[in-house]
Amino acid sequence: MRWIRRNLVVIAGLLTLAYMILPNIVVMVFSFNKPTGRFNYSWQRFSLDAWKDPCGVADLCGSLTLSLQIAAWATLGATALGTMIAFALVRYRFRARGAINSLIFLPMAMPEVVMAASLLTLFLNMGAELGFWTVLIAHIMFCLSFVVTAVKARVMSMDPRLEEAARDLYAGPVQTFVRVTLPIAAPGIAAGALLAFALSFDDFIITNFNAGSTVTFPMFVWGSAQRGTPVQINVIGTAMFIIAVLVVVAGQIVTNRRKRTATT
Amino acid sequence: MTDKTVHTGKNAGGGDVRLTGISKSYGAFTAVQPLDLTVPQGSFFALLGASGCGKTTTLRMIAGLEEPTTGTVFLGDRDVTDLPPYKRPVNTVFQSYALFPHLDIYENVAFGLRRRGIKSVKKQVGEMLELVQLGDKAKHKPHQLSGGQQQRVAVARALINHPQVLLLDEPLGALDLKLRRQMQLELKRIQTEVGITFIHVTHDQEEAMTMADTVAVMNGGRVEQLGAPAELYENPRTTFVANFLGTSNLIEAEVVEAGTELVVTAGGGKLRLPAERCSAPAATGGRLLLGIRPEKISLAHADDEDTIATGRNKVTGRIVDTSFIGVSTQYVVDSPAGGALQVYEQNIERDTRLVPGAPVVLHWNPAHTFGLDATQAIDAGVETVEDAA
Repeated sequence: MRWIRRNLVVIAGLLTLAYMILPNIVVMVFSFNKPTGRFNYSWQRFSLDAWKDPCGVADLCGSLTLSLQIAAWATLGATALGTMIAFALVRYRFRARGAINSLIFLPMAMPEVVMAASLLTLFLNMGAELGFWTVLIAHIMFCLSFVVTAVKARVMSMDPRLEEAARDLYAGPVQTFVRVTLPIAAPGIAAGALLAFALSFDDFIITNFNAGSTVTFPMFVWGSAQRGTPVQINVIGTAMFIIAVLVVVAGQIVTNRRKRTATT
Repeated sequence: MTDKTVHTGKNAGGGDVRLTGISKSYGAFTAVQPLDLTVPQGSFFALLGASGCGKTTTLRMIAGLEEPTTGTVFLGDRDVTDLPPYKRPVNTVFQSYALFPHLDIYENVAFGLRRRGIKSVKKQVGEMLELVQLGDKAKHKPHQLSGGQQQRVAVARALINHPQVLLLDEPLGALDLKLRRQMQLELKRIQTEVGITFIHVTHDQEEAMTMADTVAVMNGGRVEQLGAPAELYENPRTTFVANFLGTSNLIEAEVVEAGTELVVTAGGGKLRLPAERCSAPAATGGRLLLGIRPEKISLAHADDEDTIATGRNKVTGRIVDTSFIGVSTQYVVDSPAGGALQVYEQNIERDTRLVPGAPVVLHWNPAHTFGLDATQAIDAGVETVEDAA
């Protein structure tokens, strides 16, 4: 009894962690399955077939490439615009600043399906051809709020005297931005960019409304789930998960090493 | 430390800092009234005043971080009014230090040199870190240093550029008292060693007087008085300066006799002061504010009044409060001449009769008295509890 009481926090923590990780483990395990029917829902036997041929299903890798492309461009666009908006909102006083400050949160608060439908209406009325560009525009739009929020938090904690100090020490406007402003804001910008990439990559609702005949990876998964789920989907999912974990671990190692060299 | 070579000559060809008719307004609010000020080359100059008096704004206009509304800034013969801060041979030590958190101490100090395209910075950075005694901290990040160390990095980062003028914006404000005293001496030592003009902004009158050769006392966007610390302390020309620098007893008085020596009456008694120590025009029948510093006054029990030498200014009163400080005792004396008067007595021979309620006579050398224009607010510059917080 005493042991349980003393370790209650640890136990609760481990249970929560298991709760979050379990779905990923299931996906991982089933990427080594060899299903008998078209559906990969019950365990049959171990096989590496899917891992050996991840593009073996028609259109899967095409949709994956498209999703990665859209996510990359959406991240770039949203991060660039969002960073500028965040700086403007924190550093400058201008008319309608308060209104913009709250309007920027609107896309985050609005139900996605409502936004998807209204975007579709807008695109159709403008006579835009649905496809890569409409999806990209939509993604940049909804990623923007998240980037602005992440960068703004960082910029707000930045001392404007640092830039004054840089200018005082012979750095012109460009040098000041590159040498001081950007490096200090970088963690916020990176957080915003990562968030934008993740959101864009797995967005389904808005994309599905506005993609026309273009098929992204989430749309492919959804479409194939109607007819059967190829094991390759689990392979891609597992690969994405592992890459994400590796990125996080690498980042951790770099910061730890930097801290250690600084203290010795 | 004394034999460290610091190159002073390279950029210091310049001359004085000259501000002519410089002012700064933000909309309807005027932070700095049109101001003329000359800071001689190589001097340690202090701008002293309470918060909001315009001293920091003046400093920032010299740095180029603030654009003056009117007037010009000269460095030597060069008009730098329209130059951006990164083109001025002037560097600043900020109140919050503003060290770059993403760079280590070495790179912080090297920043200015690198921006000017100087490739080999190692020797200079090393020397500068030695000058501020932080040679072993080169690879540390700013947040790993104590407040006093960060302050020294900020000084090193500015000084390494051999600016014509070093601007210090309340550089010791964030340090505790003991460290502040230590850094005051340190900064003074560095200034003497490098010979660069220092302009130091502070609200601490003791700091200004200990460090600077010349102090300009600012109030409400104007320079009230400018001079050497002792000159300002002994001969204040306004009530603000008299009260802000140390403590003054100010007594309202009426002139009864004008000449090389003025005779005035206050609370029924006659007092005298030399006419040259009166900054206001004095004519018979006119009013004056008579000033005397608390430490110049001697205190005698009323019974001993006969022992006081003739020719001294005398005022009677009653002790209302005493506080024992160690080296001295501070008395508050209620006097018909002018309300509550402050007296500081050295604790050499303590008279045990001097307790609250005792009748006393205050006396002092008339030559220590100064006279001020009576039209000013008598309590201008008196530090209240709120100001000190």
